[in-house]
Amino acid sequence: MRIGIDVGGTNTDAVLMDGQQIIASTKTPTTPNVSDGIIAALKNLVADSGVDVATLDGVMIGTTHFTNAVVERRRLQTTACIRLGLPATVCLPPMVDWPDDLREVVGGHYYMAHGGHEFDGREISAFEPAEIRQFAEDIGRRGINAIAISSVFSPVNVSFEERAAAIVREVLPDAHITLSSTIGRIGLLERENAAIMNACLRELAIKTVGGFKAALAELKITAPFYISQNDGTLMNADFATDHPVLTFASGPTNSMRGAAFLSGLKDAIVIDVGGTTTDVGVLQHGFPRVAALAVSIGGVRTNFRMPDTLSIGLGGGSLVVLDPLKVGPQSVGYEITSKALVFGGDVLTTTDIAVAGGKADVGDAAKVAHIDKALISAVEDRIEEMVNIAVDRMKTSAALVPVVVVGGGSILIQRQVSGASEIIKPGHFAVANAIGAAIAQIGGETDRIFSLAEMTREKALELAKQEASDRAVAAGADARSIEIVEVEEVPLAYLPGNATRIMVKAVGDLAAGR
Amino acid sequence: MRIIDEQAIENIALGAAVLGTGGGGDPYIGMLMARKAIRDHGPIELYTLDELNDDDLIVPAAMMGAPTVMVEKMPNGDDIVNAFQVIGKYLNKPIRAVMSIEAGGLNSVVPIYVAARLRLPMVDCDGMGRAFPEIQMVTHTIYGISSTPFSMADERGNIVIMETINNRWTETFARSIAVNMGAMAMIACYPATVEQLKEASVQGTLSFAERIGQTIRRARVQEDDPVKTVREAVGGFEVFKGKIGDVARRTEAGFAKGEATLQGIDEYAGQTLTLNFQNEHLAVRIDGEYRVTVPDLIALLDIDTGEPITTEAMRYGYRVTVIAIPCADKWRTPKGLELAGPRYFGYDVEYVPVEQRYGR
Repeated sequence: MRIGIDVGGTNTDAVLMDGQQIIASTKTPTTPNVSDGIIAALKNLVADSGVDVATLDGVMIGTTHFTNAVVERRRLQTTACIRLGLPATVCLPPMVDWPDDLREVVGGHYYMAHGGHEFDGREISAFEPAEIRQFAEDIGRRGINAIAISSVFSPVNVSFEERAAAIVREVLPDAHITLSSTIGRIGLLERENAAIMNACLRELAIKTVGGFKAALAELKITAPFYISQNDGTLMNADFATDHPVLTFASGPTNSMRGAAFLSGLKDAIVIDVGGTTTDVGVLQHGFPRVAALAVSIGGVRTNFRMPDTLSIGLGGGSLVVLDPLKVGPQSVGYEITSKALVFGGDVLTTTDIAVAGGKADVGDAAKVAHIDKALISAVEDRIEEMVNIAVDRMKTSAALVPVVVVGGGSILIQRQVSGASEIIKPGHFAVANAIGAAIAQIGGETDRIFSLAEMTREKALELAKQEASDRAVAAGADARSIEIVEVEEVPLAYLPGNATRIMVKAVGDLAAGR
Repeated sequence: MRIIDEQAIENIALGAAVLGTGGGGDPYIGMLMARKAIRDHGPIELYTLDELNDDDLIVPAAMMGAPTVMVEKMPNGDDIVNAFQVIGKYLNKPIRAVMSIEAGGLNSVVPIYVAARLRLPMVDCDGMGRAFPEIQMVTHTIYGISSTPFSMADERGNIVIMETINNRWTETFARSIAVNMGAMAMIACYPATVEQLKEASVQGTLSFAERIGQTIRRARVQEDDPVKTVREAVGGFEVFKGKIGDVARRTEAGFAKGEATLQGIDEYAGQTLTLNFQNEHLAVRIDGEYRVTVPDLIALLDIDTGEPITTEAMRYGYRVTVIAIPCADKWRTPKGLELAGPRYFGYDVEYVPVEQRYGR
């Protein structure tokens, strides 16, 4: 049996699953220190199901905590970036394309060192240990504890990043070091951006993952726990502590995977209505459609493969403002249970409208009995319009497609959606995210350039597949269940000689007893 | 004369991605370089050829090599300035202004970096009105202008300068030197006078790219139909709407060649489009029949956002509108077609201007 938990900005949801069966589910408010919310959710779950926690095989947690920290520019630590690549890359230093406010929050410290590799593995310039040592000492003097290290073409040759890290560790034994090669793919700025964001989240990761651990310990759950990442696969707790940035898009991925599971549909539009936003995405063959273009997070460009979702400012906690009528994007968020009218607060929200219209039964309906019918209908019109536009923008064709509605704010979607063949609100729709986390697999990825002068294409593909599989196993997958799910080959353009970029993704089932 | 500021650079880069017809390199890196240089050194001036003296010397600066390398091993900055300045030194003449050798892709904006650092103006013209993969494929060649003295520089400080008997040879030598420089080199080439360029260049292309970029941006904000808006802004024709299916790629003689198959959607349902590319998009067949070929421009735009999609970014499942844009008239001359027509790229088919097929 597995438990899936989703720690959102508003709610913490949990489900208990036995194979393909949902045994119990619960929804509780997210708490400022995430572990209290998790403890509350787990307690509910155990009480409802009477499960013996000793029989659990694993606990899977999905969280938007780290994404929110970057978006809100809160709880980020000062970070220094060391880039190896001189004399190349000088014209575009680290963080060059970051929004000013975020660069200021993390301090904007960077050091350019010699090193780096060419696409074919030659050195751009020799590694200079003394230079790295000097930078490390300077970082120490500034009292900075989070360090990102990037090196040109480190996906081809990781050695300079590793040697630099070893020297930094000698000088600063307690520093948290992130190597760009462990995070991202080809594309120096994007990979380096991800590494810096990862580094500035490390303290928060230690605290947050520690909080998860403590919560499980309090309930005497000894099963291993995992955190879900962008592509819907899992990483183990230690790996997640080191790589918080890999959770960035896990929220929408989990909800869409959960929607696929709950509806039994492989191809559909998914509308996930949360407390603050509604995400509209597209399921293709049971997996989220991936965005074609570079994805920005908190204004920073990354090259993660992210689900292609459209986010609009509509949720169960969205503010309803009159004259002129406006719905969202402001939201009371997790404070809905104290601020919304039906809960005794003084803020008019979309949930109040739903209750007043008789569409939902939460809180005290008497507190919204005074709301004018015309207003209710006007707000419903506005919501319908917002959803229709969003769905239309995500659709692949004019043909009617099934629409799956999930998320805690699903009560807002009461009317027909234009272009939908049917609207499905599957059972347990409110906890689709947690289900997506519970059914996740373990994955591993590789992306680097192979020189086909040195080996055959078959050999290169084999090496890449092996590397991706090894990474999946290292992340906790059962080696016997590994499957290669994605192979992509892009020959390097405009060049004679045979160099080709190979990207491989492998996934496997969670290894038991880990 | 007008001023090129940060906003203009972002618009040019976006428009240049459309004119890149799937290749030319992602203008993002070039845009960042140009923007950084303008932040550090101030905005630059953009002149039309008519605003300059006929004997003024103009030199294009560019990056050559693999776009995949450019996003990883970014330039030093001094390298491209070195490549540019050595041409003036070699000819012993002052250079009056910088120009883009190609209006499509990365090289549309890279010269702005040089212009800003050296406080020189840019000229509003280029040698293609689009992007092409080889050095001799510029309108300069049609009019007999030599690509040499041709300079190449790397980040280490190496500078190579060459003189060749024709522009095809320049391509041959430059390609192998670029590999030695790390699959990417900074170049300056085709020095020419304003008088020569009035005849031999494609004029107004930088402003054209800027207008396209502006249009995409505006359409995005106003939530119109961005694809339609972009198509109208570039004077192009809708050829197809479809979903990318199979993408087959191979490396041949140093180029990323390949073929993509698109299944039609909406009014194109049931039809199949085959797209051939060699870095840039070269030819479109619908149900086996050639519909658009080089030198006309073929662009794939994201069906929802109007954002151009490069050949390297093409993946299964993307929904795109395929549009065709008439090329510069110079490419439609016998010499132009010999240089970059369908037969040069190995398609045994007569070139038919896109307007003739899709009517205007």
